[in-house]
Amino acid sequence: MTKKAITVDNLSKVYRIGLKGATNDSFGRAMIDFARSPFSNYRKYRSLYRFSEDELAGNYVGEDILWALKNVSFDVDQGDVVGIVGVNGAGKSTLLKVISNITPPTIGSITIRGRVSSLLEVGTGFHPELTGRENVYLNGTILGMRKKEVDFKFDEIVDFSGVEKFLDTPVKRYSMGMRVRLAFAVAAHLEPEILIIDEVLAVGDAEFQKKCLSKMEDVGKEGRTVLFVSHNMAAVTRLCSRGILLSGGSIIGDSDAHSIVSTYLTSGMGTAASREWPDSADAPGDDAVRLRSIRVIDTDGAVAEGADIRKPVGLVMEYDVLSDDQVLLPYFSLTNDEGVLVFSTIDQDIQWHTEPRRPGRYTSTAWVPGNLLSEGMVYVLVAMRTPHRKYRPIQLGDAIAFNVIDKMEGESARGSWVGRLSGAVRPKLDWTTEYKSAEDAPGD
Amino acid sequence: MKDVAPEEVVTTISAGNSWAFFDFAELRRYRDLFYFLVWRDIKVLYAQTILGFSWAILNPLVQIVVFSVIFGRVARIDTDGIPYVLFSTVAIIPWTYMSEAMTAASQSLVQGKQVLGKIYFPRVLFPLTPILAKLVDFSISLVILVVVMTYYQVTLTWNLLLLPPLILAMMLVPTGIGMWLAALAIRYRDVKFAMSFFIKLLIYTAPILYTASAIPEQYRFWYSFNPLVAVIEGFRASLLGTPIEWQFIVPGLITSVLVFLSGAIYFRRMEKVFVDVI
Repeated sequence: MTKKAITVDNLSKVYRIGLKGATNDSFGRAMIDFARSPFSNYRKYRSLYRFSEDELAGNYVGEDILWALKNVSFDVDQGDVVGIVGVNGAGKSTLLKVISNITPPTIGSITIRGRVSSLLEVGTGFHPELTGRENVYLNGTILGMRKKEVDFKFDEIVDFSGVEKFLDTPVKRYSMGMRVRLAFAVAAHLEPEILIIDEVLAVGDAEFQKKCLSKMEDVGKEGRTVLFVSHNMAAVTRLCSRGILLSGGSIIGDSDAHSIVSTYLTSGMGTAASREWPDSADAPGDDAVRLRSIRVIDTDGAVAEGADIRKPVGLVMEYDVLSDDQVLLPYFSLTNDEGVLVFSTIDQDIQWHTEPRRPGRYTSTAWVPGNLLSEGMVYVLVAMRTPHRKYRPIQLGDAIAFNVIDKMEGESARGSWVGRLSGAVRPKLDWTTEYKSAEDAPGD
Repeated sequence: MKDVAPEEVVTTISAGNSWAFFDFAELRRYRDLFYFLVWRDIKVLYAQTILGFSWAILNPLVQIVVFSVIFGRVARIDTDGIPYVLFSTVAIIPWTYMSEAMTAASQSLVQGKQVLGKIYFPRVLFPLTPILAKLVDFSISLVILVVVMTYYQVTLTWNLLLLPPLILAMMLVPTGIGMWLAALAIRYRDVKFAMSFFIKLLIYTAPILYTASAIPEQYRFWYSFNPLVAVIEGFRASLLGTPIEWQFIVPGLITSVLVFLSGAIYFRRMEKVFVDVI
């Protein structure tokens, strides 16, 4: 019989959100309010965490009440690796905070069996004036390690971080990257029975993330219980055996990780590599043109969440032209993880630059060559442009997204280089190097 | 690690406030963290200063000099025949510790709010950390005490045996007040503004610059419940060998124990919602 590591029972968390107070238009009113403000301030701060029974009754719709979590119940077996997915504001982080004992539930309870470590942030408690070595101890104990555990793992932590040389330098002189590496190295060496992680894999460069992911995989294999929040669907499917889908503070799906991820992506909640609008009436567009579907495909025509960096990817948009008086130009704009606009592209067929399209269904595909995009997430803006600068019948930011992955099998611009290779694009260039031996070199 | 006993830790998190007192088993589990927090405070305190730990001496020293000139020379306050420098030194050393520990403890949660929202550990470690960390400054400032007492050739008496329990009382006062104020300060930032004049006024409520016997007879009973009175009078009697005036010491000790217990309970009741009211 497997034991329950975590039991969440009918959990709700209510926040009071600030409402704008009434403003005064007369000096007299303003003075009266000023005199009263200590009382109203006191009530306001007190009400932050106190809720009346009316407010907590199920059907109450208060303007200033936010149900961050509502009637959430689930169990986690010992050794389960559970991924929690959902859009921003679905309650994922609140759930982790309540389970981590940082903020109390408003209703309901949680029972946890085992030693917990939560990792809601990398480098909590790092002090800039302390050296790397000192911060390893401080951060380690903050995360719940005993001093002798840190002693025992110290060399491993330092190895993992790769900042040996700067161990006795105050952390304030570290680069951001070094700080993150050191902090993650400490976190990666936690050995709790239950590990709670929030999106921390989103930091650091790709190579370091890869290292962390494989470390996480080990953690899962060691039979530890893991709760993992991420927007990285590839990581969720790779690491987790089970998924929980949150929406508006409630659980709307609880199943194996693969089906939860696909539910999440196809429901249009996440930024997926493919979207369609079965009903023309809800589709983006107007009387001239309506978008029907968009997707990212690989060279075999299959939808590609993860694109091989070496191979071309196709950006496909399907649309219905409804009138015959518009010059319509499909348009894509690609932005990377850091918000850098990588490039924009517009229909290359010169015929359509002046000629209106006849009504009917069109499918336009733009092929992005292999070895052009850098590793990481790419977000695609989909638009329908016209010769009029301001008239765009369709424009959808972050409409679809895909992940460019370098499998490190050679043939990419990396070759066998595993270090950093930064930049918004990563073309594979022709390099030539001429060589002259020392004797042949022109003498001086 | 394998050598750690596989004790099963069961945590229950539920809604509502509790009247529970401190969970000592949990505090024990976090003792290494407590050690590192105190050690961090000590290390960081004088980081990037030229004088470093000399500040721990300079700060009370300047106060002693100023007060000795104003109250000893100019106002000529009666000190029952004790030289004013000696009289004020034995009081200002524990006072400096108590006022600094109190201020630091009251601001500890607000300053730690970043950490507060990201990780759980017993919240009471926040106000307790400066209570221990400031002991380093206190120990250093004892140098002044030794120098002044040697200069005036004070002979030590058996009263000195009272010093260790008095040092505990000296720590107990800012701990109790610190827990109260820290828990209030996280909800009402007014505490921060009130603190600066509170400390300035507090020095006059205790027999630091004057003798307790200068208080009129009819007020002495109430006066004696000030916990600062107990510590200061105790320090003076213990170090200078003057008669121990229990009527000034016992009531204050009772108050400080009560403040400590009520502070602990209030802190525990409030600690769950700290994050929600930041």
